[in-house]
Amino acid sequence: MRASIHLLDAVVISNGFPLISGTTLSIEHGSITVINGANGAGKTSLLQLIGGLLPLSNGEGTVAGVDLTRHDRREVRRHVGWLGHESSFYEDLTVAENLTFACAALSIDPSQIPVVLERVELTHRTNTKSKELSAGQRRRVGIAWLLLRRPEIWLLDEPYASIDVQGREFLEGIIGEASQSGATVLLSSHDDLDFGKRKVRTITMAGGRVVSS
Amino acid sequence: MIHVAALVARKDLRIELRSRVLAWQVLPFGVMALLLCGLALGPNPAGRSHAGPGLFYIVVTLMALLMINRSQAIESSRGTKDSVATLGLDPAGVFLGKAAALTVEMWLASAVLLTGTVLFLHVDQARTLVAIPSIAASVAALSLAGTLYGALTSSQNSSLTLLPVLALPAFAPLLIAGERAYSAVVYGGELKVWWSLLVISLIAYSSVGVLLYGVMEES
Amino acid sequence: MNELGRRALGPLSLILLVSTFWLGYFVTPPDQVQGDLARLLYIHPAVAWVALYVSFGTAAIASAMYLWPRTRSESLDRIAHSAMEVSVFFIAITLITGSIWGRPTWGVWWAWDARLTSSAIFGVFGLGYLALRRANEDREIRARRSAVFCILTAINVPIIHFSVIWWKTLHQGASVFTSNRTLKVHGSMAFTLLLSFVAFTLTFFWFLRTRYRIEVAKDRQGHQKLVASIEQRRNEVPAT
Repeated sequence: MRASIHLLDAVVISNGFPLISGTTLSIEHGSITVINGANGAGKTSLLQLIGGLLPLSNGEGTVAGVDLTRHDRREVRRHVGWLGHESSFYEDLTVAENLTFACAALSIDPSQIPVVLERVELTHRTNTKSKELSAGQRRRVGIAWLLLRRPEIWLLDEPYASIDVQGREFLEGIIGEASQSGATVLLSSHDDLDFGKRKVRTITMAGGRVVSS
Repeated sequence: MIHVAALVARKDLRIELRSRVLAWQVLPFGVMALLLCGLALGPNPAGRSHAGPGLFYIVVTLMALLMINRSQAIESSRGTKDSVATLGLDPAGVFLGKAAALTVEMWLASAVLLTGTVLFLHVDQARTLVAIPSIAASVAALSLAGTLYGALTSSQNSSLTLLPVLALPAFAPLLIAGERAYSAVVYGGELKVWWSLLVISLIAYSSVGVLLYGVMEES
Repeated sequence: MNELGRRALGPLSLILLVSTFWLGYFVTPPDQVQGDLARLLYIHPAVAWVALYVSFGTAAIASAMYLWPRTRSESLDRIAHSAMEVSVFFIAITLITGSIWGRPTWGVWWAWDARLTSSAIFGVFGLGYLALRRANEDREIRARRSAVFCILTAINVPIIHFSVIWWKTLHQGASVFTSNRTLKVHGSMAFTLLLSFVAFTLTFFWFLRTRYRIEVAKDRQGHQKLVASIEQRRNEVPAT
């Protein structure tokens, strides 16, 4: 199977600190990979590097065919969907406005917004401002956006944080579904995860590098 | 580019309409600053009207600093930054959109301040109305320049204090041109050179913003 | 420039500066109108030339080349930074000598003269550039933002220049050249004046080189620290 993500001795320096300290990693297209590791191990930074949110300072890297050493990071971002710790998009906009904005930016049909909001069980929050949502609900907005966008690579930074048991099962279902449709999924997590029949690869990070794969 | 610009401008204006930072924080500050200017000139009313156009522009400049910081703060939280970054918006469009929204907000603020200038500083009302095109142009130039300098200082702990140091020297010629044009309309004098300076500034800042905003966003 | 030329830059600048001061103070005659005050002519115009054209021009060209992807290099960022720092120093001397000249001429230390005012504004631009660099710890972010700021300042040069000139001017007319570009001063005065331009320009390049070397040494030290911190980070114990 072809590699969707390939890193070779990748180093990321930010403000003089090595967030990623030389990591080599290959991730297959359509796979699910869980990144484990203690706080500060570099899980979020690795996801940000792959998502084009942090620049590669040294080493080599290719994400969805885009060479990280040669191309503008914006090109990588066109292939990835991001679900971070914090809220998605703008705090002062409502759920519907944020999703409409994002759809318009990427010329995605906004008619699907009510459908995905129903799927993530946020229909009753359609016109609520982002800042008035709970942490778990904000995550659901982020998931709704991923469902609308259907990116080639899903990068989920501790997606289970602040989510209840039902939400967790729901998210596992969505991730499994995305992988089945050919998307590559990378997520950081401290917990054991269950994606049904889908094969899951687990890698462990420490000190800004992958220590076991 | 235009599509992204329209999208970003609409979004910024909608956020402003929701948060009402301009109405509840920036405008009261501007009106108070104008009153303070009047008090600082002393009780003699004669000097006030001649200083009116200059004081108006001083307060507009101070308000612009607040509005620029606000405009950048909308984009600065980690969650917003990351999620918006993955949209891969055209930076030239983002620049034009943010500058357009800031211009509209600054025009509204200037309208209130102009009323204050006529009321408190006794600048001729009819002539002030004639000066509106030059005021609109200088405020637009301030907004374009401010959007660029705001992006330079965004996402830094010291952005609040750094912005004035970087932006005020660039605002100086705009303030001069705006004030001279306003004064020329009210009290007579050369108007053409100030208009040419404003037009050149508008063209220069728009071009540089379109070309270089991406460099700042990327960093 | 070969090694000998590089080594000779400092001593040569010093010799030319001392010669300029000696000629300007002891050899050239006082001016018919301004008397001994005119001796500032051998410092002020040359320092202003270095501050506003040579140093700032160097910083602007280096910044533009840094922003151009094909020519981007850390050396250009260092050159821009070093040149801007030297520029701030020379602008300060320009303003001080301008004020010293202004006090007996205009009767005040500071007059709202076009060139003095625009020099002061450029001085603040220079300080802003240095402040911007201090505010960014990340090397690439710092270099990019500083380069953009420098380009914005370069664009502001003509805008500020004309705005302030149209606003008001008190400055004495051009000191060095007449309107048809012939020299206004003659003999030993002209020679000393031209020597001052050469001396201060060479001094700029001497300062620039020294400052650049300090930056290189700092970067080398920073690189060593970074290598050590990468090693330290790699050895962080995995959580059990």
